[in-house]
Amino acid sequence: MDDELLRGLVPQVIAILVRRGNDFATAEDAVQDALVEAVRTWPSTPPANPRAWLITVAQRRLIDVRRSEAARRRREEADADEPEPGPSEQADDTLLLLALCCHPTLTPASSIALTLRAVGGLTTAEIADAFLVPQATMAQRISRAKAAIRDVPLDRTGDLAVMLRVLYLVFHAGHRGKVDLAAEAVRLTRQLARASAEPEVRGLLALMLLHRARDAARWRDGRLVPLDRQDRSLWDTREIAAGVGLLQSALAKGRPGEYQLQAAIAALHDDAASWEETDWGQVLGWYDDLVALAGNPVARLGRLVAVAHVRGGGRALVELGELEEACAGLSQFHAVRGYLLELAGDRAAAAEACARAAGLTTSAPERDHLTRRAAELRSGQAQQPHE
Amino acid sequence: MRFLLLKHYRGGPDNHHDVPPMDQWEPERVDDHMQSLRDISRMLEESGELVDAQALHEERVFVQYGGEGASPVTTDGPYPETSDLAAGWYMVDVESRERALEIAAIVSAGPDQHGEPMHEWIEVRQVYTDDGGVPTED
Repeated sequence: MDDELLRGLVPQVIAILVRRGNDFATAEDAVQDALVEAVRTWPSTPPANPRAWLITVAQRRLIDVRRSEAARRRREEADADEPEPGPSEQADDTLLLLALCCHPTLTPASSIALTLRAVGGLTTAEIADAFLVPQATMAQRISRAKAAIRDVPLDRTGDLAVMLRVLYLVFHAGHRGKVDLAAEAVRLTRQLARASAEPEVRGLLALMLLHRARDAARWRDGRLVPLDRQDRSLWDTREIAAGVGLLQSALAKGRPGEYQLQAAIAALHDDAASWEETDWGQVLGWYDDLVALAGNPVARLGRLVAVAHVRGGGRALVELGELEEACAGLSQFHAVRGYLLELAGDRAAAAEACARAAGLTTSAPERDHLTRRAAELRSGQAQQPHE
Repeated sequence: MRFLLLKHYRGGPDNHHDVPPMDQWEPERVDDHMQSLRDISRMLEESGELVDAQALHEERVFVQYGGEGASPVTTDGPYPETSDLAAGWYMVDVESRERALEIAAIVSAGPDQHGEPMHEWIEVRQVYTDDGGVPTED
């Protein structure tokens, strides 16, 4: 039994039970129980029809729950036989459940946990492991999230921007546990792309693929390797081609958004034979659009690297100065400053900036990388990045 | 039995010898130090003694109850240069106190700016258990 197939069934089964008149929280619990049972028994006794098995076991569980509740409140058993959903309905189920799990009233952490369970089909134990928290804590987080959306109807009117944000956060949550969260985010975004024609969904999927394509080159001997120093022969060209294809079909709709623009920048990097051969003019063009659209500080800072390559480091440093008041507390501000100062040949000041950036970041691999950059710059070993 | 092995940015007994900030080391020495940290984690994982290892950001803030309806009272320094500042920890589950001290000594021997043992002070604290203790009738 393929684990991914099993997990793909979870949102479908929840949606079927909800359509049969059960409330989401109870149905989700029942399916989680069935899932835990499946993980335990399927390896030795695989069912002929996995979905029917899950529905039956979850349904039995619901009846048990209802029996115990019967004394308290009378409720009809609404087990009207529904036709089995077809492929398009399955895609809709994903969208329905994702909209609910990413309800704007929930915090991102709650949405992430609930999404991974109800849409991703992961067990509470796996989710807890992935986020390095005790299982009881994760169980509580999920049950509180469910309580918070108890009265929200299951419909398609979810906030797509929130859904995409949650998937983006899952993608970047890293993986120290047994579950590869980035792979999980790709799988869920792919499911969402089947259900929604919104170009931003494809844009996000493209962005994920274009980043994932560099995975093999991002780490060397346990150390983080930044884009300008990666061994590009290790990049996954098939993943890049898939990302570029998705991006083109998204951009063709003529409604650019934050994820499409980020993906466009990532695609230009993925397409370049080296950092120096990057099409900086085009990168800058996309960054200009991104800043005009989103205007967040990290995009503004990223843009300045492109400015330096197109219009010169001096110009970029002047523009960086204009961002100082708003961004001086960000690690990225000092990292970009270090890069620009190094381009200008001022290694001592560049080292100072990198050390400052190292002190501000909350990512340990990034801190280690920036500390080493500072050490390289001080020891006079630094290579000019454009050599 | 569980022990917390605490590393410090500063504080504790006088240093064995001066160690400049790591961004002033030779880059290869930085790599060696980072590698030794990874090696220690792997060693403790393989020996089945690692419970947890975490690093703490250098920035800190002290917070105090501000009274009814009031915001929390905070202070973020400046603190005296000698004040204790934890940098991170290993939580280990070991057979004996001696083993905890042995591990602490391994951590302390991480290479410095010259590739020599740093002799860093490691604070070792035993963690209380939540069992009922040893029955007195034994």
